[in-house]
Amino acid sequence: MTTAGSRSRTGDEAARPDTPRPDPEADPSTEDTAPLQEPAVPTCEHTPPREHTRPREGAAPHEGAGPGVAEVPEAIGAEVHDGGEAVPLAPRARLWPALGAVYRAQLSRARVARIPLLFVATFQSLGIMVLMRGVVDDGAEARAVVAGSSVLVVAFVALNLLAQYFGQLRAGGGLDHYATLPVPAASVVLGAAAAYASFTVPGVVVTAVAGSVLFQLPLGGLWVLAAVVPLAGAALAGLGAALGLLAPRPELATLGGQLGMSAALLLGVLPAGGLPLVVQWARDLLPSTYGVEAFARTFEPHPDWARVVTDLGVCAAVGVLSLAVATRAYRWAATR
Amino acid sequence: MGSETTPTRAAVRVEDLVKTYPSVRSKRGTPAAPAVRATDGICLRVHQGEIFGLLGPNGAGKSTLVRQLTGLLRPDAGEVEVLGHDLVRHPERAARLLAYLGQESTALDELTVGLAAETTARLRGMETAAARTARDEVLAELGLTPLAGRPLKKLSGGQRRLACVAAALVGDRPLLVLDEPTTGMDPHARRAVWAAVDRRRAERGVTVLLVTHNVIEAETVLDRVAVLDRGRVIACDTPGGLKAAVGDEVRLELVWRDRAPVEIPDVAALAAAAVVTGRRWTLRLPPEAAREAVTLVTTGEAFAALDDFRLATPSLEDVYVALGGRAVGADGVEGLVKA
Repeated sequence: MTTAGSRSRTGDEAARPDTPRPDPEADPSTEDTAPLQEPAVPTCEHTPPREHTRPREGAAPHEGAGPGVAEVPEAIGAEVHDGGEAVPLAPRARLWPALGAVYRAQLSRARVARIPLLFVATFQSLGIMVLMRGVVDDGAEARAVVAGSSVLVVAFVALNLLAQYFGQLRAGGGLDHYATLPVPAASVVLGAAAAYASFTVPGVVVTAVAGSVLFQLPLGGLWVLAAVVPLAGAALAGLGAALGLLAPRPELATLGGQLGMSAALLLGVLPAGGLPLVVQWARDLLPSTYGVEAFARTFEPHPDWARVVTDLGVCAAVGVLSLAVATRAYRWAATR
Repeated sequence: MGSETTPTRAAVRVEDLVKTYPSVRSKRGTPAAPAVRATDGICLRVHQGEIFGLLGPNGAGKSTLVRQLTGLLRPDAGEVEVLGHDLVRHPERAARLLAYLGQESTALDELTVGLAAETTARLRGMETAAARTARDEVLAELGLTPLAGRPLKKLSGGQRRLACVAAALVGDRPLLVLDEPTTGMDPHARRAVWAAVDRRRAERGVTVLLVTHNVIEAETVLDRVAVLDRGRVIACDTPGGLKAAVGDEVRLELVWRDRAPVEIPDVAALAAAAVVTGRRWTLRLPPEAAREAVTLVTTGEAFAALDDFRLATPSLEDVYVALGGRAVGADGVEGLVKA
């Protein structure tokens, strides 16, 4: 690489923090100073006309510099080896450890920012159940109300709050942080989704127990929540994450999350029997419905376990699908 | 760092990089924006172990360039090679080569300082124990240990920025890309950041690409600097080399008490060469002329009207202006920060 002739006068100094400022009057080399409007480095690597720097056709990527680049002044005065070995890549973060790290970080956020919202989610569901107490009869409708109110907590946090979180993260440039770390997209999305689903556990349990007491339903089947929360949580969190990541503006992500939650409220809590056909179809499309139905069935004196498993299977399938979509959405949003 | 005899290699090689943001159609309340060439044929070479600066006003294309170097933004045309890897073809490799400190901290805001550093280390592929050790080291290095348990949100702007720097430094990357790392920091924190960066360079030959529009910082910490304006590199050299290129002109600033005494013929002659901002005149003069001007304004009637004056050797800001960059305040465009 040519360095002769074009090196700058003070190029050897490399202007370290401790380098004294050059005194223009004392520096004899300033006699041959370029006129004021001349670029400081006339043949700087950055200013040659574009045709000079056009990569040569068919040249190996590490081959010596092209015609324009050959004039690069090495201000540091060092020989440059462009064709050196590539620096080995640092290892990637593996899926599960990275997921664990994201999960832990997200869970810690809950302590700071999410607890008030958890109370809101829980009280909202408790309020709905108290309201419905006087409206529905015991039996199928009561079971639907309790199950719907419990799953509503999941919808509030996993769908609504996660959509808001990812919407704000994307709008605020926060995705750049994750995108410049060698972490699988799935770790970020699943870690956040899992953390948000976990936030819901206390609220769901409180709602389910309070509802069962309120409507005199058996408490024995509540163990099924251990399956309902993660599966409905996965489906709704995936949906929420995808919404947040794909929405062009954070307000739209918030709106989408709110609407999704309203849908979960109306279609999940209201007993299905009396709804118009179109609304019933919409109800069938909402993943939380299957969580609600699976949970409601376990209140029956003799639950149909096969149908419970089927409902949970639908939840799981939707969860896998929506989390896959969210992962794609994350990749898309992170590198635009 | 390369001496005359030690061969160094290009840590970053950028050739003819172009990125055009598409035009925006006008909507209600917002006028149409034409297509913008944010980077317009940029060529750069950053040597290994160098602290290389990108200097320029807001909107010069610095952040766009950096986003292309970190694999976050795909260039329309051109080549980006980082430490021997083609990042246009393999943008995902960037995350395994470099650490990036963006301008935003939204991803970390609700974490505690300690957890932000630890999580970032874990996501850079470190095992838990190693990540914790690295976290403790970097927090101690930057003087953040007492704040380790506080969420970033609750910290002052400078402290929060310092915590983000800690997250960027953790996990030993051979290239650090720092977008205005010291914004809002007090001098103490600034010094801690540059000491930490210098240590990494001395011990492991880490290369640093720094975006700044702080001229003072650029002059003191950078080995070389590229001045960007409207998506193009308008100059690139050591800070000393750039300043020498402006020539031996010095900058004379005059501040008048009330108004300039332009009835004095010599003062009126100065006015012709001055950039006038209210009561302040800025002149760029050869040393001899500057000396005469100082004599003129520090005697007689002119001195009575003079509030303050300052004589300074060229700064990078003068270089920037001399190179045809947009001057401070011109077209309502922000200039380079001076202090």
